[in-house]
Order: sequence, then C-alpha cells, then structure tokens
Amino acid sequence: MSAESGSIRNRFEEALADLDVALTRTTPAAFESTLQEVVTEPVVGTPLPFEDVSLPEWVDDEPTPATLEAAMTSVTAASFGIADYGSVVLPSTSEGSEPVSLFPELHVPVLHERDLVADMPTAIERLGPELRDGGSAIVATGPSATADMGALVEGAHGPNAVHVVLLETGGDDE
Amino acid sequence: MNTSGGTRERKSDHIRYLLETEGDAIEANTLGFNEGRYESVADLEDYEALKSEARAIKEDAIERLPELIDELTETVEANGGTVYLADDAADANRYIREIADENDAERLVKSKSMTSEELEVNEALEADGVDVVETDLGEWVLQVADEAPSHLVAPAIHKSEDEIARLFNEQFEPDEPLETAEELTTFARDRLGELIVDADIGMTGANVITADSGSLMLVTSEGNARKTAVVPDTHVAVAGVEKIVPSVEDLAPFIELIGRSGTGQDITSYVSLLTPPVDSPVVDFDESDVALADRDDDREFHLVLIDNGRMAMREDDHLRETLYCIRCSACANTCGNFQSVGGHAFGGETYTGGIATGWEAGVHGQESAAAFNDLCTGCSRCVEACPVEIDIPWINTVVRDRINREGDDGRFEFVYDELVPDEEDTGSIDPQKRLFGNYETLAKLGSATAPVSNWLADLGPVRSVLERTVGIDRRRSLPAFERETLVDWFESRGPRVSAADAEREAVLYPDTYTNYIDVDRGKAAVRVLEAMDVHVRVPAVGESGRAPLSQGMIATADTKASRVYAGLAEHLDAGRDVVVIEPSDLAMFHSEYEKFLPETSFERLRDGSYEILEYVYGCLENGANGARLRTGDGGPDVAYHSHCQQRTLGVDRYTRAVFETLDYDVVESDVECCGMAGSFGYKQEYYELSMDVGDRLAEQFTAPEAQNRLVVASGTSCEDQLEDVLDRDAAHPVEVLDPRSRLH
Ligand code: SF4
Repeated sequence: MSAESGSIRNRFEEALADLDVALTRTTPAAFESTLQEVVTEPVVGTPLPFEDVSLPEWVDDEPTPATLEAAMTSVTAASFGIADYGSVVLPSTSEGSEPVSLFPELHVPVLHERDLVADMPTAIERLGPELRDGGSAIVATGPSATADMGALVEGAHGPNAVHVVLLETGGDDE
Repeated sequence: MNTSGGTRERKSDHIRYLLETEGDAIEANTLGFNEGRYESVADLEDYEALKSEARAIKEDAIERLPELIDELTETVEANGGTVYLADDAADANRYIREIADENDAERLVKSKSMTSEELEVNEALEADGVDVVETDLGEWVLQVADEAPSHLVAPAIHKSEDEIARLFNEQFEPDEPLETAEELTTFARDRLGELIVDADIGMTGANVITADSGSLMLVTSEGNARKTAVVPDTHVAVAGVEKIVPSVEDLAPFIELIGRSGTGQDITSYVSLLTPPVDSPVVDFDESDVALADRDDDREFHLVLIDNGRMAMREDDHLRETLYCIRCSACANTCGNFQSVGGHAFGGETYTGGIATGWEAGVHGQESAAAFNDLCTGCSRCVEACPVEIDIPWINTVVRDRINREGDDGRFEFVYDELVPDEEDTGSIDPQKRLFGNYETLAKLGSATAPVSNWLADLGPVRSVLERTVGIDRRRSLPAFERETLVDWFESRGPRVSAADAEREAVLYPDTYTNYIDVDRGKAAVRVLEAMDVHVRVPAVGESGRAPLSQGMIATADTKASRVYAGLAEHLDAGRDVVVIEPSDLAMFHSEYEKFLPETSFERLRDGSYEILEYVYGCLENGANGARLRTGDGGPDVAYHSHCQQRTLGVDRYTRAVFETLDYDVVESDVECCGMAGSFGYKQEYYELSMDVGDRLAEQFTAPEAQNRLVVASGTSCEDQLEDVLDRDAAHPVEVLDPRSRLH
C-alpha cells in the first residue's frame, strides 16, 4: 500500500469518526464473521460485485418488498468512498441495491480500501462517465436525518445508523 | 409605491405579530445555520476559489442556456424520458395534470421543491382529485397546518417542537400523545412511508441538472427524495430552466458549497445523482413477494422545465444574476432582519430571504417583491455568504428603484419637492423614501438653522407630524445638527502638519453625518491623522449617494457619485490618500461606484481610498509613532461592534489590529448587523424589528464581561442604535485613539 492511499484511508476514517459513523476494517477472509457482529437480523442485501468476497448464505440476497420491509439490516456494495467527507457512493442497480440500502434501520455499505478517493472533484470525475452512460448513484454520508421536528433526529425516511465495512486490499495491491 | 400611515401601521402590526409568535424559533434556527456556515466553510482549503468556480459555471450556463436546454432535451429523450418546456405555471400544471390523468393517478408523493411551490401544482392536482402528499417532514408539517414555508431550505423553521406536537396530537389523535422530536419523526415517517409505497407518481425538484448526462442532483437529508423518485414507477421532476449546467464534472463545487452555505453541514446525508429512468426496480407492494431483482420495469420519466419569467430575467441586466442562485438560504440566515422575522414577513408569494426580491420580481412580478423589498437594508453581509457571489443588495436596490418609478405622477406637494431636489423621474415614490434619500439637503438645512432646528425637532407636535407624514418613528431620538460643520471648522483652523513636514498627505472625506452632526468624530480623525504626521485636508465634497441608493433612488445616487469623484479627482491625481470615516460611504467607493463611474475612475478612487482605522494601521506599520495616540494604557476597556459593510469589505480587521497594537482590552460582538442600517430604524413600520435586531447586540454588550466597557462602533447607525438599545454613550474608534480623548 502506498503512503498516499494510507493517508486517504486515515482521512476517511477520521471523517467517519467525526460523523459518529461506525467503521470496521476487515479482510476478505474475515468478512463473514465481521458482518455477523455488525448486523441485526433479519438481514437483506444485494450481491457484492467483488471477486474476493460475497454475501454469506444467511443474508437474503433476493429481497422482495415484503422481506425488505421486515428487514432490520441491509448490506450493499459501495462503488467507492470519498475520504474528505466520509461518504460512500451507492450505485443504482437492477438488483435494487439503492432502495435496499434505504429501507432498513441499519445500512452496511461494503467497500474496498483501494476504492477510496481523496476528494469530491475526484469522485465526481469518476462518476462522470458512469452518469453519461445512464447510471445513477447516491453520495451517502452518515444516516438519514431531519431537523424539521424541532430538534435533530437521526433516522428520518432512511436508515438511522450506518456501519461501514472496509475491506483491506489484499494480494497485488499490498 | 406610496406608503400611507395606515399601510405603515398594518405592516408594523404584522411584523410585531411575527416577532412575538415566530421570532424565537426563527432566531434560534437561523443563528445556528449561520454559525454552522462560518465553521463549515472554514474547513475548505480554498473557499473563495470554490465560490468563484461555482459562479463561473453558472455564468457560462446561463449565457448558453438555450443551447443547453436543447442538449438536455436530446439527452433525456435518448435516455428514455420526456422533456416538457413550460412557458408558465399554468402551462406546467396542465402538462402535469395530463400525466396524472394518463396514469389514473390517485396519489402523488412529492419531495421538497420550491419550484413546485412557485407553480402551486398541489392545488392544481388536488382540483382533479389527486391526493398530493408532501414527504419532506417540514413540508408535511406545513401541509397539515395549512401554512406557507418560512425558509427556502427548512420550511417549518418557524415552528417549535411543542407546536408541532400540539398540531399532530390535534390532527391525528394518536393513542399516546406525541411529545419529543424523535416521537414526532417516527410518527411522520411511518405514516408517510405507507403513503409513499402506495403512490402512483413521485414528484421531485432538482438542485442541478446536467445537460451532458441528463442527471438530476437532489440534495436531501431525510431520504424522502430517494424514495419519492424510485419507489413509484412514474417520476416527474419539475425544475426551473436555470438549474441546467453543462456537465457532470460541474457538480463538484455545488456539492461542496450548498450544504455548508445553507445549514452549515459539510454535506447533507444524501446527494442523489439520478439519471432517469433509473435502473433500480420499482418497489411495488402490490407484488410484495416478487423479488426486486426479478422485476422488469418500464419506468416513466418526465422532466418539466419551467420558464415562468426566467428567460426574460436572463435578458435583464440586473435580474440575470438571480438565475445563478442555488437556493442555499445563506442570504436569509446571515440577514439580521430575517433572523428576527423569518420568511413570513421577509418573502413574497413563494420565495423568502434576501434573494427573494429577485425571484419574486422575475417570476411573480414587482408587486409581490414590493411587499417585503424594504426589509433589505443593504447591510451586504449576504454578499460574502453567497456561494455564487451574487450582489443581492444591488438586485434589491434595482427592484426598489423600479417600484419607485411605478404608478402615477404629481402626488407631491410643492414644498416637499423643494426639500428633495433629487434626480428621480418619480412615479409614486414614497415621501418617506424621498426624505431619507435626500438626507444631505435636510442635514444642510438643519445645520444652517441649528440650534433652532434641533429644538423644533424635539417638540412633540413636530414628532407627531413627522410620524404621520413620513413615518419617522417618534420613539427614536433624532440626530442633533451642529451649527459649525467639520468643513467650516477645518477651514478656520487649518492643518497643523504642513505639507512640507508631512510623511503623507490625506484628504478626509466629510460624510454627511460627520460633517453636520457628529463633527466631534471628524475633529478626532483630523487629530489622529496629524499625530501620525499626515498633512490633512477636508474639502467640501458632497454626499456619496449612499442615502438615495438605500431608498432605491439610483439616478440620484449616480449623479452624486459623479460629483464626489469630480471633487476628489484632483486630490487623487496629486497622490493624496482619501480617508473615509463612515464605512457605508467607503463601501460606495469600493463597490457600488463600479456601477456609476467609468472603470478607470472607479479603480482610482477604490485603490486610493481607505477606512480611517485601516489608514492608521498603515501609518503604524510604516513607522508612525503609536505612542502619540491614546493607548490602552490610559484608555478605556472597549466593547467593539464593527460595521456590517466594513466587514464585507474585509477592513474590520484593521480596527482590531490597531486596538491590539496599542494594547487596548477589547471584546467584540459577532452579530451581523446592528439593525439600524441608516434610515431603516427610524421608519415607523420597522421600529420594532430594528430594535429586535439591535437586542441581539445589546445582549452581548450587557453580558458581564462587556457591561462596564466603553461602547465603540465604526458606523454612524451602529452608534445611534447602540445608544438607543443600551442607553449608554457610543463612540467611533477614532475618538478613542484621539490624543485629546477623555472617553471612558
Ligand atoms: S442568493 Fe446566494 S446565498 Fe441566497 S439563496 Fe441564492 S445562492 Fe444562496
């Protein structure tokens, strides 16, 4: 890992800490056990587009509106993260990872360390071609929140908690 | 527009009512947002450069708007959506009703959109029997309460937790009465959640739209816009044409600035970048056992672009800037008057806050803007807060000028015209505005006839006439005119540092207030300059044009600018520095004169003129002996309020630095504006509002650490206001530094 990506990771971790958003760093091998500690059942998710990890058996990866509504936790992949803001970029997919990430109380975005970018201009540059290709994404930062009821409340129409799982980059990148 | 006594009273009653009912909640929230903004933008590496980048993108986009509309239309259509360019609200509503009709829509859910409020699309759809539900919690509260938004971003900002709880408990009669914000939020989420999953159409606005990809950027925190756009199979987005930017890459500065500028959040929870029709499956609870991944949806997307006056604004040299606005609300949160009354007074049919004048004049017409335009005092604190660098006070001045010119001629008494020898080709300009706009003439007359004019002005019957005819509130003390003006005094006294012995030569600009009323601060300034070995002149140069400009009398201000420049040009040519005591006049020289003078003239005066403490700072830096001034050693402890325009010009720091260099013990206020703002606080209809704004300052200066200090302010109005709200004397910094000063 280069010194630079190390510092990007630190910035990402600090930004999440400022937001009071939990983060667990894990290896692909320990992913399942890490996830087990993080989630509350029932858990839904959408398939992870990573070669080295996939959703454990016990995660319902083909949610229906009914199971989505009943779920306490959702696990979906983030395309990348933005270090300066502690944001994760959630893509719209035909499997429904965007709405799946929105309904349950806890959202667990999963992303690779190598997919962290430093700042907003870099993130938007990366999204440019994807959006021009018809894609959509949400830059999500922390849980949903509102101040409309007279005080700040976390958990409005979306999750009231976010727990980021960051996959250590293994193999060639090390 | 002619404001009669009756109108004034109604206006002041309305303001008093809002101050009492909504003032506290508005104040707490806007102050929080404003403070958050300062903190959040401080984290940016180069805030100023980011604003300029955002500004440049908008300038370019509005310039190329017709072309971008075409490009966007092609892109959206190629993506599988439709675009409808609506001329006006009725046209847009007709189209949206057709979509609802074709879809047999029973319910349409909406995320927050000011543009949809501008259209009044809810009413249009409801007339067809469509159930329209606002899903933003603040908007929903207002829908339940049947009230209008009081803020661009946080629409229910005027309502407290208790009020919302009372409203919900009455309307919905829940089993357990609701109390806390958490309970209210959970209740609203559950109820709205059910309505969303059952909706036929989702309607959103758009903060920005990219022409190259056909993407909408939606900035939210609650997540309702995400649900609204994706859960139903039909998505209608309504947006003003000005929201289009060329490409996705242009989004970055807006994402970084919008939350920080508005509510002081570095970024909001969700920035949706949707390129509809989106790939996400519809969440259809009628088929609640079909896996999302197995669906094959045919999503429908309509982008309704709204003109409604915008293309005409684009052609209007003064209103065009309004189209750069990203509706972040910074100009409202930073505004002293808005912090007190909120958008129910400071707003028109749809839009609220500083920039609302531009929007209302452009989309609803001047009538709507006229109702609240006066609430902008031109303090200019919003200018540096605006992420796209809009000169909001200028837009307000232009609209005020246009309102002045509306209506019929010849409503003025002959005598009155004598008193107001202005350049205005007046329609029905308010006598109150003409009086304050021609303040210099009044001051001349008052000074020439002092002290009789002062005795007269104090008489009860005179005050009641003044209140009845021109609306000068009788609770305000009027300034007392001096018989000997500063210019006269200096002429008989002469300079004490000869040009030959001087380090520098300066021209002290005799602003109206210093020349006719507070001559003492002018004398103090002369002595301070001479202590710095400056050869001083005080030429008889007239009023800067600030007074007429603040009343929207642009032609008069323009003429005055030319006269002032003519009076100073020779001195500038001779290499003399122009030193200004009154920050609002310096702001004229440094900003507004750009609009009145040829470019080189403007630049020469701007580059050659200094605020008095800025000048003292420069002298001290260049080796002048500070010990010849009164220092903190023998001088008083100071409670200092810098002037709003002085802060916008960024020259307040010199006063701070001089006090520090000379060892003064200073506490400083952080309120944006004193609330007096020239003539504003004298006006009967705004007296209470002005005092309410002033109270925030009074609170800081009556705190234990400030209550026994000498009150010092850089602006005339601020001094007057502080004296009124504190009942303590106030002085200008230069009077503190005056070697002869005995102020304590
Ligand atoms: S004028 Fe500027 S500060 Fe005011 S809402 Fe618009 S963008 Fe924000």
